[in-house]
Formats: sequence, structure tokens, C-alpha cells
Amino acid sequence: MAKLILSMETTVLKEIPLTKERITIGRKPHTDIQIDNLAISGEHAVVITILNDSFLEDLGSTNGTFVNGQSVKKHFLVNGDTIELGKYRLKYVSEVPQQTSSADFEKTMILRPGAAKAPAPAPAAAAPSSPPAAPAAAVPAHLSTSPGMAPPPPAAAPAAAPALPLGAIQILSGGNAGKEMELTKTLTTLGKPGVQVAVIARRPHGYFITHVEGASFPVVNGNALSTQAHQLGDHDVIELAGVKMEFFLKS
Amino acid sequence: MDMTAVLEIVTQSNPGMVRTNNEDSVMANPLRGFAVLADGMGGYNAGEVASGMATALLGTELDKAFLEREPSSKDASGKSWAHVKVEAEMARVNAAIYQAAQSQPQYAGMGTTLVVGVFHDNRVTVGHIGDSRLYRMRGEDFQQITRDHSLLQEQIDAGIITPEQARHSQNKNLVTRAVGIDPEVAAEIHDHEVLPGDVYLFCSDGLNDMVEDDEIGMTLGALSANLELCAMQLIEMACDNGGRDNVSVILVKVKGEYPAARGWWARFLTWFK
Repeated sequence: MAKLILSMETTVLKEIPLTKERITIGRKPHTDIQIDNLAISGEHAVVITILNDSFLEDLGSTNGTFVNGQSVKKHFLVNGDTIELGKYRLKYVSEVPQQTSSADFEKTMILRPGAAKAPAPAPAAAAPSSPPAAPAAAVPAHLSTSPGMAPPPPAAAPAAAPALPLGAIQILSGGNAGKEMELTKTLTTLGKPGVQVAVIARRPHGYFITHVEGASFPVVNGNALSTQAHQLGDHDVIELAGVKMEFFLKS
Repeated sequence: MDMTAVLEIVTQSNPGMVRTNNEDSVMANPLRGFAVLADGMGGYNAGEVASGMATALLGTELDKAFLEREPSSKDASGKSWAHVKVEAEMARVNAAIYQAAQSQPQYAGMGTTLVVGVFHDNRVTVGHIGDSRLYRMRGEDFQQITRDHSLLQEQIDAGIITPEQARHSQNKNLVTRAVGIDPEVAAEIHDHEVLPGDVYLFCSDGLNDMVEDDEIGMTLGALSANLELCAMQLIEMACDNGGRDNVSVILVKVKGEYPAARGWWARFLTWFK
């Protein structure tokens, strides 16, 4: 469950769990988070929560709504965002519950509309004009059907990458001798398409060379590769399509 | 028509790094030129039962249907036989899984996503339900062909969330349609033109949730000469990035044109093949 932590200067004033679909922020007493300060508009902003995602919207306030120092009209909140209204701060914290059994983790779930009507024909279902209310309306029905749902952590892109030093290739023979190429991409292909091609994959635990196409296989330190990937060591010499090159790690 | 000469098809499925079971299911029929990928869901082992039923039923039924009649032949309404059969068989699979889920308590609530592609007459007829995807690599251009039936896609369509924000969404795993959940389901079916050199990628969300589209496209571009390696590389990338879900891919490379036989003589000949 995500929450907002309201503070002024260094004092934490209160925590507001985002249990409702709409939580309004303003000076007026009927708002959900009332901040009685003249810098705050009567109805200043609103936080809309759809399942595990929350959005912040400025409601045309006089002094504006800021997130991490940037003025925003509408903003998709990510964990750790700080919303600034006048002298007040609202920190957005979205906790990913620690799942004890990894088996339930990130399971695909069916989200059923409140009324179990037959789904509309495809294009109509995705009408661009439908207001935010459309998917949000389905929320309660879903929550009641799948209590065990755990939100996945944000997609971890190159999570374990930093440990690996950068690899590079230096050409030793042929017309391009002396040229150096850094292996920054996940995949780097080498050779001549249609003749002989190999690929070097950058993985969290090292660089691996694999034969892609061609009748002959790449040669590493004098030994021809099989179809299997081969992990490259520092200063390995690769021969491919008649060209020699050296793999090395940059510190 | 024997499609083995014009299509190269590779299928791979992997449980990933976290799950012990694989609820994905893949099948391909190189002779008739079609492929099916399903990503099952539902407690205990029911997910793999649902996805397994989907690929097995579609595999046998479509094979039978396309042996009987060319997939590109048109019916009275002008729809191709491929279109008609994909629609009908997806509905039957839905009914079968729904029945099983209703009648056997251990299968209660099971369902599956589904993406089916039938290659015929220089086209591909694509049917899908849920968030399993079909992508196409054409030259340098890498595109998603199917649109997910998911909360996130609906939010993107409604302008609530941008595709960039969607990458950070916590609501990735919610589909709005699935096979076997309700007595009836609407499959989305479209025809797309196919060009020689195209590479098609069918995948479960275990790939596209773990690996950015750019990276997937780059991999297809770099390794299209070796589909087996390309599939392995895609799965490896998903696993290296966490592999939190089962990962399945089907790669189809189009090696040449495959127009339907049109003249009576050509049809007569294919009849004997």
C-alpha cells in the first residue's frame, strides 16, 4: 500500500495511506488532506490511485504543484517523489510488500469488469476518449477477486551490471588493424554477414562469444569454438573471417 | 501448401529464474505454417493445464482444418478460412478450458492468454487474447503487432499514462481478457501483410516485462541469421534481468513469398501434394 508522508521543514506531520481512489489536497475543510495555509489553494491537487499506481494532478492551483522541484500539471508518481505545495512536502512512498513465497510473485491476473458483460469488440474497448473513470471503475471488483496480489517491483533493467568491467576489442590484423571498439551494448556482432558472423554478448557475469553463421567457427586462442557460447577472458585472441582481434577488459 | 520451404520456425520456453514450474506453452506446425503461444494462470498447476490445453487443442484442430482446406480460401462472407478457423477454434478452446475449470475443483479459476499466427498467401492471420504478444522485425523496423488486453494498455489508450510511464507501472500483470475465465471471450483477429525477410516474434510477458523493446529489436536484428541462438539469447537476457516469470518465444523467419495457388491447374497440383 502506497502512502504520502506530510511534513513541513524537518517535522513529519502525518502519514496518509492511499486507500481511496481520489485523495484531494487543499485548504478547504472538505479535502482529504487539509493544509490550512494561505499558500495552498482551496482545492489544490488530487492524488488518483489505480490499483498499485498513483497519479498526481494539479487542480489549477494559484501557486502550483511541484514534484522534485519541477512544476507539474499531471504526474505519474514513483517511489520517493517529493510533492511540494508552498512550504509543505508530501513524500510518496510505495512499498513493495515483501513476498514470502516467490511463487505468487508477479502472477498474471485477470481483471474483470464490475458487470460481467461480454467484452465489447476490440477497437471499441480501447476508445481513446474514455475518461480516467473507465479503468478505475473496475478496481473494486478486481480487489475482491484477488486478495493475494503482490505488485511487482519496477522492471530491473541492468540490475547487476556495474560489477563487470567494460570489455573492448582491438583489431590486430587486416585493414582496420589498431582500431578499438568498446563493447557497451548487450550484443555486438563481428564478421561479415553471409560469410562468418559471431556475436559477443555482455552479461552480468562476463562477456560471451557465440558463433552465429558461416561454415567455419570463430577461433579463440587457437581453438575453434563449438556451437556453445564461450566466456572470454582478458587478452583472449579471436580469429574471425580472416581477421585477428584481441579482447580485453578496461579497468 | 507445404510451408517448410518458406518459413523457418524456432520455439523455446523456459521457467525463468524464480518459478519452479513453467505455465507457458508453445507449439508450432512448420508444415501448415502456424504457431501458438499461451501463458497460463491460476493456482497450483492449473495454469499449465490451461496453456497446455490451448496449444494442444489449437495444434490438432488447426492442422485438421488446414489439411481439409487451404487457409487462404475464402468463405461466403469473404473471410479467409484461416480467419474463420482461428476465431472458431479460439472460441472452442475457451469453452473447453472454462468447462474444465468449472467441473474440476483443482482447475477452478484457471485461464490462459493466447496468441496464434497462421501464415498463408503472403499474409499472417493473427488472433490474440490477453497480453502475450506478436512483434515483427522488418528491415530496421521493429514493431509490436498485437495490442495487449491489459489494464495498462487501456490506460495508455485513454491517455491516463504514457508508454514511458507504463514501463514503471506496478500494474503490469493485469489482463482484461483471458481464455477460459468466462463462458465466452472475444478474440481479436487481424490479417497482416508479410514480406520476405520479415522475422516474427511471439512471446509471453516474461520476455517483454524483463527486456526493453529496443533490446529485443536489436537482438532480432543482430541474430536473425541464427534463430536458435536468437531465441536462446532473448531468454538469457530475460533471465539475466531477473527472469521473474516464465519466458517463451517463437521466432518465425520468412524466407520467401508464399502466394496461394490461384489458377485451377495450380490448385489441382496442390491437391495432389
